[in-house]
Formats: sequence, C-alpha cells, structure tokens
Amino acid sequence: MTGMAVTVHLPSMLRELADGAAEVTASGETLGELLDDIATRHPTLERRLRDESGVLRRYVNFYVDGEECRRIGGVRAPVGRSTEVMVIPSVAGG
Amino acid sequence: MDVLLAIGTRKGLWLARSRDRREWDVTGPLLPLADVKAVAIDTRRGTPRLLAGALTSHFGPSMVISDDLGRTWSEPDDAPVAFPADTGEALEGVWQLVPGPDSEPEVVYAGVEPSALFRSTDGGRSFSLVRGLWEHPHRTEWFPGGGGKALHTVIPHPQDANRVLVGMSTGGVYQTSDGGGSWTPTNSGIRADFQPDEYPEFGQCVHKVAMDPGEPDRLFLQNHGDLYRSVNGGASWEPISDSLPGDFGFPVATHPHRPGVVYSFPISARTRSPEDGRCGVYRSEDSGDTWTGPGDGLPNEGYYSAVLRDALCTDDADPAGVYFGSRHGEVYASADEGDSWRLLTHHLPDVLCVRAAVVG
Repeated sequence: MTGMAVTVHLPSMLRELADGAAEVTASGETLGELLDDIATRHPTLERRLRDESGVLRRYVNFYVDGEECRRIGGVRAPVGRSTEVMVIPSVAGG
Repeated sequence: MDVLLAIGTRKGLWLARSRDRREWDVTGPLLPLADVKAVAIDTRRGTPRLLAGALTSHFGPSMVISDDLGRTWSEPDDAPVAFPADTGEALEGVWQLVPGPDSEPEVVYAGVEPSALFRSTDGGRSFSLVRGLWEHPHRTEWFPGGGGKALHTVIPHPQDANRVLVGMSTGGVYQTSDGGGSWTPTNSGIRADFQPDEYPEFGQCVHKVAMDPGEPDRLFLQNHGDLYRSVNGGASWEPISDSLPGDFGFPVATHPHRPGVVYSFPISARTRSPEDGRCGVYRSEDSGDTWTGPGDGLPNEGYYSAVLRDALCTDDADPAGVYFGSRHGEVYASADEGDSWRLLTHHLPDVLCVRAAVVG
C-alpha cells in the first residue's frame, strides 16, 4: 500500500469493530485504498462500509475533507497527506 | 428440560428460556436494530450453537455465532457468507440457516438473497457458494417476490447427505441428489396463478416447505396460494387446503417425532390475515386430509396480523412444543402439540423467524 496515513473518523456504532477506537489511520491514495488497508486490520469494520463486490454501502456516507465522496469519485476519491475522512451513517431506518 | 426459543425480528433477536414451557424468561433485544430473518439452534454439539443472520439497513448483512446460548456473539474475521468475486454479486441477506444431517456434524447450510445456497463444513464459521445451483440455467429466470429474490428454505435429507431440497421465491423447489452438483426442479402440480402458464416447470412462488422427519419422502409446501403435499419426495404435489379456513399462508411446520402431523397458519389471500380476524394454528394428524383448530387460547376475533414463512416452528421435546410469532410482535407457545396456547411475549417488532430446541 502506498500513500500517506490518513485519519478515518468512525461513528460510535462502529467503534467496537475497531477495538473501541473513535478513529483509525489508513494508508492509500484513494478512498478505496484506505478501505483496502482497513480490511487488513479490521475486516469486520470494512464489511460494514462496503460489500464484497467493492460497492460502498448505500446508507453510509464518507466525507473526504468535508465533501461526500460520491460527488468526487466515490471509491476513487483522492486522499492526501492532510485528508480527514469522516464516516457518517445517512438518515435512514424507522 | 430446558427449552430455548430464538425469536428473530425486524429489529433484533430475543431469546426465551423455560423449564416447563409455561413460564418463560425472555431476554433481548440482542443484535439491536438488526433484521434477523434466520436463526438456527444447532443441537449436534455439546453446547448447542446459535447462528443468526443479521442485516442492518446501514451496514449490510452479517452472520454471527454464539457458543454460550446467546450470552456472547462473535462474527468471524473473514466474511462467513460472501459471494465469490467472479459472480459480481453481493450478499443482501441471509434468509435461512440449517444444520446438515447428523452424519455431517459440521455441515451447515445458508440460503440467501439473491437466491443462492451456501454450505459450511466448519459449523457455520465459513461458507462456500454451491456452484451447481448458482450456475443452473434457470437462474436468470428466477425473479423477486414481494420480499425479495431469496432462497428461503433448505432441507437436508436426514439419511442421505447428498440429497438437499431448496425453496425459492420465485423459482420454486429444486433438489439435488449428488451433493449439490446438479439440481432438478420438482414443482409438478404446484400452481403459479400470477402468470399465463399456471403449471410451469419452475418459477412458482413457494413460501415454505417442511419435511416429515419420520418419512422424508412426505413433504408439505405452503405456496403463494394453497397448501400442498407430496408423498414421493417432491416428484408431484397435490393441494390439501380445501378444508382450511384460508386459501393463503406463509409458514408450514411438521411434528418432530410423529409422522403425518403438520401445522399451518392459514390466512386469506384477499386480506393477508386470518379469515374473520380469527387467529388459528391448524393441525393435521393425517398428512393434511383433515384439520383441527384453531387451538384454545388464541384470539378469536379482531386478529388481522400474519405469520411469516419462518415464524412457525416446533421444538424437539416430547410432547412437542409449537410456537409462532406475528407481524405485530406477539409470540404464542403451546406445550401440548398445539391443543392449547399461551401468550409468551408481545410488543416486539415484527417477528420474522422462530426456532426452538431442548438445550439442557
């Protein structure tokens, strides 16, 4: 994996899948590569974020420096040295 | 005797335990917010293993296991049920978890959405896609029913590990006799009233199938309209619901020990609820020729809920217990094979499945 370490902030309901951490660091040059990296250390967490075919979960939003990733390339959204990624469940359910 | 009843709902799992099947200790919600369509109690090991399919709207499907009767749950690091990359598919949910035959104590089957069968040889920690069914030429012609395109019924033959029956909505019944390599549709006589050819080779909207454990060639099938019976292992089917108070239904269950005893929760096709608002579980002791019901203790008016395909079951005690849960969150239990019923719990979310077994 190449790229700089990027901070990925997790919602409270997913933290138990990252040993209780509120954030994890991951390496990569795109959002997809960050998720690949997360999958190596926290596989059950990664499965909550995208399915086995690599598609992001429909009701999970990924804000890359404040921009929802689907507006900037989805899993191909570029990330860099100072990027922050926030994972936020969307409004859904009842 | 200690009986465990697992209750999967639209928003979590509940467990109920009882020594006399009259007073129950109910705990939950476990797996909060998860849509639990499938639960299994695998009694083939010293401490029974619980397996549950859990789907959350945000975070997708998963499958979890408990080896301490529900106190703790774990999910394997590697996705237990996942489509291989070459299929291009992704798991949408686990609809059925079924232990294999006694001769294969580590085999567990999973029926999933989109319609596919998975098989585990390590007690349910990891599963492999059954390619023979996935690559069946009919697969592209199976389409979703109202609940999704799912393989919701798996019945391993109790004496022949190479024989397995599956049921799909839609698709119908398929069977293998070579361990999953090849599959044959076995729907002769089952009506599909939602298409011009009402008796097709396949494509029926089968809701549930149950096998008579003492006589495995005798099968019962709740279809999208009418209840059916086969006495030849599914080679042909005949309707048996003429005397039932309802021409529709979702579940069907068989007695664990007594051949020919079968349970139905008939409803009206027009309202998708019991005729005249009268809740009833009907029992036949002659393989569906005649029926008795509705059972003492059930609401006899104003009941307009339904019981879904996996929300009626028996336990393995003697006499057998019978259980059902409704879409409005009531669970009823009978400790006397369905003669009389008591409300076990209520005010739960929609009940999607129930499974019961003696666990101690």
